[in-house]
Amino acid sequence: MSAPAEIGPADTGLIARDLAVTLGRRPILRGVSLAFRPGEVTAIVGPNGAGKSTLLSALVGLRRPDRGAVRLDGDDLAALAPRERARRIGFLPQSPEVAWAVDVETLVGLGRIPHVGAAGLTAADHTAVARALDATAMTAFARRDVTTLSGGERARALIARVLAGEPRWLVADEPLAGLDPGHQLDAAELFRAFAAADPAHGVVLTLHDLAMAARCADRVVVLKDGQVIADGAPAEALTPEVLAQAYGVRARFHPGPDGPAFELMGRL
Amino acid sequence: MTRRGLAVIAALAILVVVLAAGSLMAGKVWAPFSAWTAGAADPRWAIVFQLRIPRTLLGVLVGGALGLSGAALQGYTRNPLADPGVLGVSAMAAFGAVMTLYLGLGASAPWVMAAAGMAGALAGVAALVALAGTSGGMVTFVLAGVILNTVASAGVALALNLAPNAWAAQEIIDWLMGSLADRSFLDVELCAAPILAGGAVLLSLGRGFDALTLGETGARALGVSLGRTRILLAVGVGLACGAAVAVTGVVSFVGLVVPHLLRPFVGQRPGALLIPSALGGAALVLAADILVRLTPSAAEVKLGVAMAALGGPFFLVMLIAIRRRLA
Repeated sequence: MSAPAEIGPADTGLIARDLAVTLGRRPILRGVSLAFRPGEVTAIVGPNGAGKSTLLSALVGLRRPDRGAVRLDGDDLAALAPRERARRIGFLPQSPEVAWAVDVETLVGLGRIPHVGAAGLTAADHTAVARALDATAMTAFARRDVTTLSGGERARALIARVLAGEPRWLVADEPLAGLDPGHQLDAAELFRAFAAADPAHGVVLTLHDLAMAARCADRVVVLKDGQVIADGAPAEALTPEVLAQAYGVRARFHPGPDGPAFELMGRL
Repeated sequence: MTRRGLAVIAALAILVVVLAAGSLMAGKVWAPFSAWTAGAADPRWAIVFQLRIPRTLLGVLVGGALGLSGAALQGYTRNPLADPGVLGVSAMAAFGAVMTLYLGLGASAPWVMAAAGMAGALAGVAALVALAGTSGGMVTFVLAGVILNTVASAGVALALNLAPNAWAAQEIIDWLMGSLADRSFLDVELCAAPILAGGAVLLSLGRGFDALTLGETGARALGVSLGRTRILLAVGVGLACGAAVAVTGVVSFVGLVVPHLLRPFVGQRPGALLIPSALGGAALVLAADILVRLTPSAAEVKLGVAMAALGGPFFLVMLIAIRRRLA
């Protein structure tokens, strides 16, 4: 991958340059430079407290870094109007709340908020909602109250909410947390499908499950103490040495017929 | 606006019109439609045109302001128990207005009390948002409301305690109980502009409240500015609720009950609940005011007292239902 210094302003991609964030006196991010490319699914992994969520909120413009900047497809993210930013980046926060018992279609329609004018939802908005429901196989649940959905259905509905905004970038914080293996694979497939659907689309996820990261991401970034310690294809980034440094564990990936198999051997 | 939303609004609008007509007819003296057209020769004509028309208009304005403020506060806090009364906004407005009574300024110019009420309400919402704004948790909001209610009622009690004479104290008590009785067109003129302006501000926040369904992070990610939403919420509720309280005194629970009852009819979407809550609030206050007038007692039961008597048990039932849902 190219170093951030070589990246010109006209390059497409979600590009973070030297991001630093300090909360109180504690440095959370210490100069993170990363370039996310369209067409790729990138997983950010790392131990608890590594700064993954903080990095995501800076990447989507919800937290202004103390130092550094983010460029979104050639534009300075901090200079974009919030609505324009929201149209380009769909963000799925960690364990998202849904405050009212709205139906699935209404929930997904909320994703259109950056697009709608004073007149309310137009035909184009309804088409986008219908497409998002279709892409996540939630059409049959359109009238269902969100609070009655199972965990897997709820996760699909929330992903549909982001898809309905028709963003170029999809950024999700721990989207697979709390899902069983089958639903994790289903959700991961939705992210892969989004990245493949349009050459301008890109996906950035934080994940806890290293096996899922190796399976569903084109590229893995390992974050530890606010710094990038590895970055590359899953097999290159998730080496035993990196896993030892990041998590303090003995672990490795074995190449297998169905993709890499993860083996956790113990604490260092 | 969905078809369902429009149907709810149309039904409520018809209800308001019917109740407004009822409010013009009902009372100690029955004034059917035929009496309205009889001209000044019929004594009932004066009752309708000088007493009941301002009373009815006030019912619509005040009920609308309280219902809309409740829906807006619930949308912003994502808390079905939020209401100008519960969160101390009405109490702060009352405190502002009572201070003018205590200081004897109420009579100096009619707008003084309305302005003081609005200032109190504005200070109340601003304090609420400042105390609980960034964390936004349900508990912090309710606790901030408890603090405001305590401070405001202490202020009102102090004004009563130190009232210069029994007449001033009586005036404060009468006013605190909240009523639409014996109001004039002057009161309508005083509160109409701020209520309509505040209402327009609150209606403009519908999309922000919708986005807040996804929490504060979710709303910000959708491009909604929470700072702007907070300021406009404070201005809107301050104007609408402050003006309403300033002319009628404290009428509680309208803002709690109405959005709660109407929420299922608009598919729970907080933005779609705003206009129906304004209409529903108007209908509820009109209906309650008609009942209060028809109560066969020597002195008229005050509207605020009647609403509190109805609202307390309602609040209890809601709390039990919420507890059951959380269990």
